[in-house]
Amino acid sequence: MKHAPAVQIDGLVKRYRDTTAVAGLSLCADRGQVTAILGPNGAGKTTTIETCEGYRRADSGTVRVLGLDPVSDARELRGRVGVMLQSGGVPTTARAGEYLRVQASFYAHPLQPAALLAALGLTDSARTPYKQLSGGQQQRLGLAAAVIGRPELVFLDEPTAGLDPQARHATWELIDGLRAAGAAVILATHYMEEAERLSDQVVIVDHGRVVASGPPTELTGSAGQLRFRAEPNLELSGLVAALPADARAKESPAGHYLVEVTSRVDPQLIALVTAWCAEHGVLARDLQIESRSLEDLFLELTGRDLRS
Amino acid sequence: MTEEVLLRENWPPPAPGAAPLSRMVRAQAGLELRTLVRNGEQLVLTLIIPVLLLISFGRADLVSVGPGSRIGFIVPGVLALAVLSTAFTSQAIGTGFERRYGVLKRLGAAPLSRRGLIAAKTGTVLVVEVAQVAIVLAVGAVLGWRPVASPAAVVWVPLLLLAGTAAFSGLALLMAGTLRAEATLAAANLLYLIMLGLGAVLFPLTKFPAGARPVLRLLPADALADGLRSVLDYRGGAPGTDLLVLCVWAAAAIALAARTFRWE
Repeated sequence: MKHAPAVQIDGLVKRYRDTTAVAGLSLCADRGQVTAILGPNGAGKTTTIETCEGYRRADSGTVRVLGLDPVSDARELRGRVGVMLQSGGVPTTARAGEYLRVQASFYAHPLQPAALLAALGLTDSARTPYKQLSGGQQQRLGLAAAVIGRPELVFLDEPTAGLDPQARHATWELIDGLRAAGAAVILATHYMEEAERLSDQVVIVDHGRVVASGPPTELTGSAGQLRFRAEPNLELSGLVAALPADARAKESPAGHYLVEVTSRVDPQLIALVTAWCAEHGVLARDLQIESRSLEDLFLELTGRDLRS
Repeated sequence: MTEEVLLRENWPPPAPGAAPLSRMVRAQAGLELRTLVRNGEQLVLTLIIPVLLLISFGRADLVSVGPGSRIGFIVPGVLALAVLSTAFTSQAIGTGFERRYGVLKRLGAAPLSRRGLIAAKTGTVLVVEVAQVAIVLAVGAVLGWRPVASPAAVVWVPLLLLAGTAAFSGLALLMAGTLRAEATLAAANLLYLIMLGLGAVLFPLTKFPAGARPVLRLLPADALADGLRSVLDYRGGAPGTDLLVLCVWAAAAIALAARTFRWE
């Protein structure tokens, strides 16, 4: 049990009435690492995290947190796991410092509340009631409450949503510090930059399933793009036929052409594309080789449709 | 303790573990008590209204209370009202909004167990009630109240207050755990007014139609007021039936609240 992964989920299914929020999701998050769960709204991120936190029971599949069952072993886990909900959770009239001191007194070896307030830039708000804090200050107080007990594992549900750049960086520093100190962090987020910067592993979920996972550099670095500009409305079927099977070519927007491959762009690919251009009398301008960003991958996997 | 500076480079390693239950309960009860004291509306409800009613009903000849002294009749009723306001109305509203704002949900992830949380809430209610009882008795004494207490009042009064607290707390949590916070707010205030006006809390039961009296006597606020009155305005007998009524309310409400309470 001592060496069980921080979180191990196998085939998790969770339904609410007739909608399926999570449809057979599996993932493994190691100790001492930051695992980012990325996904559009409604992808099942919060349901997955709340199942790990013991708030919901799995309809099927297994969830193990530090090797334990989040519902039946909740008593043991509560002292070892830190939780930051997406919003709220603090009595509206409690003062920031007072609330954090009460939270500290729930744990055996807590951080000093004053030092944690300082690290998150909340020292001047220590005597301010929760409802009078700005949205960003409320978020940071929620984060402080999640880590005050020096947990082995922390669940953060969109910790930087709505934060200004300074507050976002303070939050990132804290998450980096936690990881360096050996804690595991599970981070649900919408922000690609956050996932790329902070996480050892990224898990992209959509429609309640994992659609991609791995270290961020591996996820993005394994795919390549070739871009060029030329006259609009070229007939691309000949190019597509000449390309390897894993490649795609498209025009978007007019006059901008994109060739995508799931492996790195190699000299043979450039030769293929330029040969096709020569054959068709196309002058490819601004020919560029790019690796995909996490955002490209995310949009490719989850589509461009707006989610509720 | 030296003041430490938390930086990314020297973040302390994990050191998980829960504090002893007694420390958690004390910390939580302290927070609840401070929150309550800062909340002006709650103080009006729990302290100012009972004291104003005590002064106005105790002095003016608003209603005839039958034989015996007017103040001797009113003080036990106001004590019952104090318990009603704290254990029921104030607790229902407070808990309803805690549920609405995710406070209860977040506490579910903290080491403080649900039993611990209920212990903290009960402790807070009892501390406020002790203050209320002291203030009501003191104001009563200033108004000339000299209790004609039964010798067993030292046992009966705490028993009745505790049973009443349990019954009202159960009803409060039953409402707060099932209704929306706004509905709890409205219903808790409305029921407070209804229980204040109906039956033997501030008016003698003889003011109500004879047919309604047996039913009114089964209401928890009536049972509490009647029980307290029978030992503090003593004319013989013991409030066994009233205590039984309160215990039945407490058992039923707590059992139902435990089954239906939703934490989020």
